[in-house]
Amino acid sequence: MGAWAIAVHGGAGVDPNLPKERQDEAKRLLTRCLDIGISALRSNVPAIDVVELVVRELETDPLFNSGRGSALTEKGTVEMEASIMDGPKRRCGAVSGLTTVKNPISLARLVMEKSPHSYLTTPGAEEFAKKQGVEMVDNDYFITEDNVGMLKLAKEANSILFDYRIPTVGTCGAAVDSHLQMNGLPISVYAPETVGCVVVDKEGRCAAGTSTGGLMNKMSGRIGDSPIIGAGTYACELCGVSCTGEGEAIIRSTLARDVAAVMEYKGLNLHEAVDYVIKNRLDEGKAGLIAVSKNGEVACGFNTTGMFRGCATEGGFMEVGVW
Amino acid sequence: MGWAIAVHGGAGDIPLSLPPEKRLPREAGLRRCLDVGIAALKAHNHPLDVVELVRELENNPHFNAGKGSVLTTSGTVEMEACIMDGKTMKCGAVSGVSTVVNAISLARLVMDKTPHIYLAFDGAEAFAREQGLETVEMSHFITPENIERLKQAQEADRVQLDYTQPIQKEVPKDAALADGDSQIGTVGCVAVDNEGNLATATSTGGIVNKMVGRIGDTPIIGAGTYANHLCAVSATGRGEAIIRGTIARDVAAVMEFKGLSLKEAAAYVIDQVPRGNAGLVAVSSTGEVAMPFNTTGMFRACATEDGYSEIAIWDSPTK
Repeated sequence: MGAWAIAVHGGAGVDPNLPKERQDEAKRLLTRCLDIGISALRSNVPAIDVVELVVRELETDPLFNSGRGSALTEKGTVEMEASIMDGPKRRCGAVSGLTTVKNPISLARLVMEKSPHSYLTTPGAEEFAKKQGVEMVDNDYFITEDNVGMLKLAKEANSILFDYRIPTVGTCGAAVDSHLQMNGLPISVYAPETVGCVVVDKEGRCAAGTSTGGLMNKMSGRIGDSPIIGAGTYACELCGVSCTGEGEAIIRSTLARDVAAVMEYKGLNLHEAVDYVIKNRLDEGKAGLIAVSKNGEVACGFNTTGMFRGCATEGGFMEVGVW
Repeated sequence: MGWAIAVHGGAGDIPLSLPPEKRLPREAGLRRCLDVGIAALKAHNHPLDVVELVRELENNPHFNAGKGSVLTTSGTVEMEACIMDGKTMKCGAVSGVSTVVNAISLARLVMDKTPHIYLAFDGAEAFAREQGLETVEMSHFITPENIERLKQAQEADRVQLDYTQPIQKEVPKDAALADGDSQIGTVGCVAVDNEGNLATATSTGGIVNKMVGRIGDTPIIGAGTYANHLCAVSATGRGEAIIRGTIARDVAAVMEFKGLSLKEAAAYVIDQVPRGNAGLVAVSSTGEVAMPFNTTGMFRACATEDGYSEIAIWDSPTK
């Protein structure tokens, strides 16, 4: 029999100037979520249930960019997306464009289990949610003051950067201390903070889930990597993977699938696969990921400045980190 | 080396008894799209421009894309499309498009004119208008045959609509008209020019009687559509199976990591999918073509610079 392992993340790409209190807050949340997952694993809860449980916790807490606390669209509203995948039969469920569903990851799970499809987006997703009787709230519930402020900064930054592809090194003075950028925004504003969880249980079953509000100031209707199976989320017999960072980069590099593909077709182990993919698949893209293997290993990799993450194994290893 | 192009008009349970009046217009449609693509390649057009010619199949009501798209459970049309450039890995995708005449062109604009890859529903429609793309009433896309197919599918209740019961994701049979004429799959085109630049495009109306908002494999990079420096792939069949199998991405991954040729890789990947669920067309940077399928048939056509060309529906799978 195998050993369990779990990892959680709260986003890759951290402002090097992030105040210590905020870093500590993040670490506390990650620790709490890990503990919830560990406790469930010790009670033999299957991987897919643990993933859902933990991601729900991350969505409910306003700290990271998912559920409550989601980044805002250019219209100042919230549009959430999520996906979940169960390794054994590679069953999957995804949702996007959600505006009133309290826990997107749970709706993604329902799409997987209670619909004939794999992916539903608004308006169909919300109709499905109503029929399933999931908890629904007003869009306001998800909006935090912090993010209203961030949206304003993002709009100001974008109005200076006419073409988001043009680097602003040395030219943009919009209260940017670091010239680091992701997705065309200064890192102080970007803060991707997508959340995710990957788990392998004692039976060696892997599962993965990812949830997000998406890119700050995104066009309404823009879909990122989080609900895209193979991009932001993937799980199969071998492993479970959840990614975070520049959505477009993750999509075009099919990041989550590539970790598994490299294990499957190249025979790499989990750590080698994660390193390989981060090093070779991202080009100029900035992203990070967490992964578990059916053998109870856990790994994370990122080419960004930091990634909020935590991981633990049955053998007693536990770590929560930002840098 | 040399250019190559392949197009498909959907893989599925195409009955061998398909009457000529249903078969001939589709073969003609494939031939026309192929010819237009060949001319573009000979004129040294960029592969992205070549694959965007899948527009021809969108405009043809005999295929499940654009005009002739199958209907959602509400009787509406929700089209999706995706395009990818193998050299730059740039891509564009749209879903939930109901008024844009050519969804593939909208996907291309998302790729070229926005910092994003994927736009859906209202966001996609608003962007289309902003860009001045041709839009029409949704009724333009709806054909009497598809109204009939929806009716039959709903009567047969193939797609389970009672969501309170757990289901095994029992995939519905292709809703076919009484004479066996099903509107299956998707349309797609892959092309490589004689410098090895690759591109792929896929477009579809989805599956008959789908839930409103259902997204299939077509706009999912790595599932229905994928291109990199090795090959360009466009898949068709059961969306849910293609997503789970990350079909398009896997062809390239198997070539790269297992060192298989395009034909071997394409056959390998299709073999991994449960029978009756998928087909694909693919070209490699060296001008090879592969068109494997594990369904009864797949509407397809291809041509290479050395003069080879083919149009087929059935025949031996895993070609």
